[in-house]
Amino acid sequence: MSEAILEVRHLSKSFGANEVLRDIDFDVRPGDVTSIIGASGSGKSTLLRCINLLETPTSGDVLFHGESVVTGRVNPSKYRAKVGMVFQSFNLFDNMTVLKNCMVGQMKVLKRSAAEAEENAMEYLERVGMAPYIKAKPRQISGGMKQRVAIARALAMDPEILLFDEPTSALDPEMVGEVLAVMRSLADEGMTMLVVTHEMAFARDVSANVVFMKDGVIWEQNSPEVLFTNPERAETRDFLARFMER
Amino acid sequence: MDRFSALINDIGRLLGVYWESYLSGMGSTLILAVVATAIGCVIGLVCGILNTIPYSKNDSSAKKFFLKLIRALIRIYVEVFRGTPMILQAVFIYYGLPYFTNNAYHFDSIWVASILIVSINTGAYMAESVRGGIISIDPGQTEGAKAIGMNHFQTMTSVILPQAIRNIMPQIGNNFIINVKDTSVMFIITFTEFFAVHRNIVGLNYMYFPSATIEMAGYLAVTLTASLILRAVERRMDGKSSYELVQTDNLTMTAGTYSHPDRGTPFDERSSEFGEEGRKRIRSGLKNSNGSSREGR
Repeated sequence: MSEAILEVRHLSKSFGANEVLRDIDFDVRPGDVTSIIGASGSGKSTLLRCINLLETPTSGDVLFHGESVVTGRVNPSKYRAKVGMVFQSFNLFDNMTVLKNCMVGQMKVLKRSAAEAEENAMEYLERVGMAPYIKAKPRQISGGMKQRVAIARALAMDPEILLFDEPTSALDPEMVGEVLAVMRSLADEGMTMLVVTHEMAFARDVSANVVFMKDGVIWEQNSPEVLFTNPERAETRDFLARFMER
Repeated sequence: MDRFSALINDIGRLLGVYWESYLSGMGSTLILAVVATAIGCVIGLVCGILNTIPYSKNDSSAKKFFLKLIRALIRIYVEVFRGTPMILQAVFIYYGLPYFTNNAYHFDSIWVASILIVSINTGAYMAESVRGGIISIDPGQTEGAKAIGMNHFQTMTSVILPQAIRNIMPQIGNNFIINVKDTSVMFIITFTEFFAVHRNIVGLNYMYFPSATIEMAGYLAVTLTASLILRAVERRMDGKSSYELVQTDNLTMTAGTYSHPDRGTPFDERSSEFGEEGRKRIRSGLKNSNGSSREGR
């Protein structure tokens, strides 16, 4: 077993009296896809936002290459530059074209030259099939296209791990496929990914490890083969059964 | 009608003698308004950036105290300069400086004093406008910027403020037009702008109404022009409503992720080579030869 790139240790998060995450503990190993599944409101997104420090954990720790990112010794901006994030609501910069969206981080954060940033951005935009649209503004393209650009934007930073926060939940059904196709190809290439998703087929096919969350607690984490066909916990079985009914 | 022709006659006589004074007064007004609005915008933006520096529970208490202090100071600045008349601020600053320093310091240039006063006053309003502009931007934009590793300053300057400035352009226009008119109170510290010219001239010849008419027309001409320019700037900031497809990569075509089957054919709406007539003709011709090729799309 190779050393974990990301370790979440006893992570808890409360908003006031509302405890959203309780004692979350899991690892992400390099090259693996880890999926987090669970009903809405189970704390999946908050967990991802805590890992990326968009929310400050109430207690517990997140270790990146064995180093704590919560205690404040690591610069959050530098850490985030290595941890890509793809949001449910895309969060593309509305004031920039598709190409600029993928260049600005490289130039401002990684201090790459404009030429280098453009070359790199184009490479990833071609990968996600958005190269023809580089002159468009985000408001001019569809949701699926926006999400593909958002993935290219994250990839252009050459991250060590990509976090996906329900990347297909805000999309029309016919656009889900194009985004999942891009994510599958990334997984095939050995990109380390942590994916919060409701796409069970995707989680089953691509993941090395699946985490099931309910009410802010991890109930079960297992290989997809075990978790989807023969779950250990009754809660997991209930959730999957309800999901399959739909 | 008599009065009307007399008025035109009087205006003609006034302009004949004093047109240079009116013109230079208007020039001073415009320069003061433009420069002070620009500086005021910068003050507002800086206040906006400083006001929104985030802090979390884990930050050191020194940092938290410092950030709270900055916010308090900006708040005081805004409330004081928004809550007092500019004419009094002018008196207060212009005569206050020598008063408090026992004449050790005073404003050498009336221009410097006027620009300073109007800028500070505009900055107080702009700080609030910028705050509103920043609030109006979806928090997702900030999160997107942070997620790729941008710090607060980079997030603000590259992502948030460009969008916020677009949203507060009408406010900036408002402030500019208010400044064009309200710089007239600078006569109190002997700044000779458009309105002060009027006071000087009517002091000599008592032609109050004709001169006031010139003033009204002058101010209105400037503010209307400013409105037009600002609208044009806003349209420019919005950018084009359409975009060009860049077709350089053939791989994306074959990957099936991109399909514009009409591109470059007579069915391409953008193709200017074919008129509507020719297009129809070609279309019916093509249908016979490969009518099945587009099925299933």
